[in-house]
Amino acid sequence: MRGTDLPELRQILSKALLLAVLIPGLLLASAIEPLPFRSEVEERRFRALAEEIRCTVCQNQSLADSDAPLAQDLRRELFALLQDNRSDMEIREFMVSRYGEFVLYRPPLARHTLLLWAGPIVLLLGSLVGVVIVIQRRRRALAS
Amino acid sequence: MIRMILPLAVFLALVGLLVVGLQTAEDRKLVASPLIGQPVPAFTLPGLHDPTELRNSREMVGQPWILNVWGSWCWACRVEHPYIERLGREAGVPLVGFNWKDERDDALEWLRRFGDAWTFHMVDFEGRAAIDLGVYGAPETFLIDHQGVIRHKHIGPVDAAIFDDLMRRIIQLRSEAEA
Repeated sequence: MRGTDLPELRQILSKALLLAVLIPGLLLASAIEPLPFRSEVEERRFRALAEEIRCTVCQNQSLADSDAPLAQDLRRELFALLQDNRSDMEIREFMVSRYGEFVLYRPPLARHTLLLWAGPIVLLLGSLVGVVIVIQRRRRALAS
Repeated sequence: MIRMILPLAVFLALVGLLVVGLQTAEDRKLVASPLIGQPVPAFTLPGLHDPTELRNSREMVGQPWILNVWGSWCWACRVEHPYIERLGREAGVPLVGFNWKDERDDALEWLRRFGDAWTFHMVDFEGRAAIDLGVYGAPETFLIDHQGVIRHKHIGPVDAAIFDDLMRRIIQLRSEAEA
């Protein structure tokens, strides 16, 4: 390698560093446009709902994260529903009746989602019982 | 014996889960519309060629019809366009265009260039009626029966296979309407 490569490398590194500093700032910037909320509570409710509703075009982003035109439309709709004094439940129902349960990041507790919610607890309890049984058997084997 | 079989069984179950998961990965991206089996939402929108002419989503009741969501900005709409033209000519039912989040001039220019086999177009510039329809990307194609109930929805461009499937369904809806 020639010695002249080194300054170029340094230049590249400094550019990379600059990007590393700038990118997190860009990512933190919210996609949400400023809206004339009537109160701080309303704004908090808006943010909470926008966080838990999935943007269906960009499926791994919430309404709060996404810059997609549909997400903008849905945020406008969400804002209008809040202005209309609808409850959080009613707003979720509004979204679900149009886009399906898939729009909720937190699926509702129902019969068809029971395995999803109870699964981890059942697995944890099952393995605990298994561990206890194994320990007792070994203890008995040691004692005899 | 159990000590040998149990881990193997767990492993095989996990492999099975993975295989099923991989095979259905594409389907899971498509959001099944909760509107299937529901009456088409009521909305009134301006026409495309004549903005003063108001069009209502319920005016088609009495006959099956096709609602096709498109936009001049939508690349996949150009891909499906030949099949949409065929639907307009061959389906024997009204083919209504739902021009979504578009500019009127762009939309008209697009139709001039590629052809306009739709019966008429509704314009949803704001995207509010689209939310009621659960539209999340163009193109989308809805089949609506003679009672105004949404019976089928296809998300994404129509290709040869989808065209045949849609035609079969439309023939079914037409025979229901005549019965």
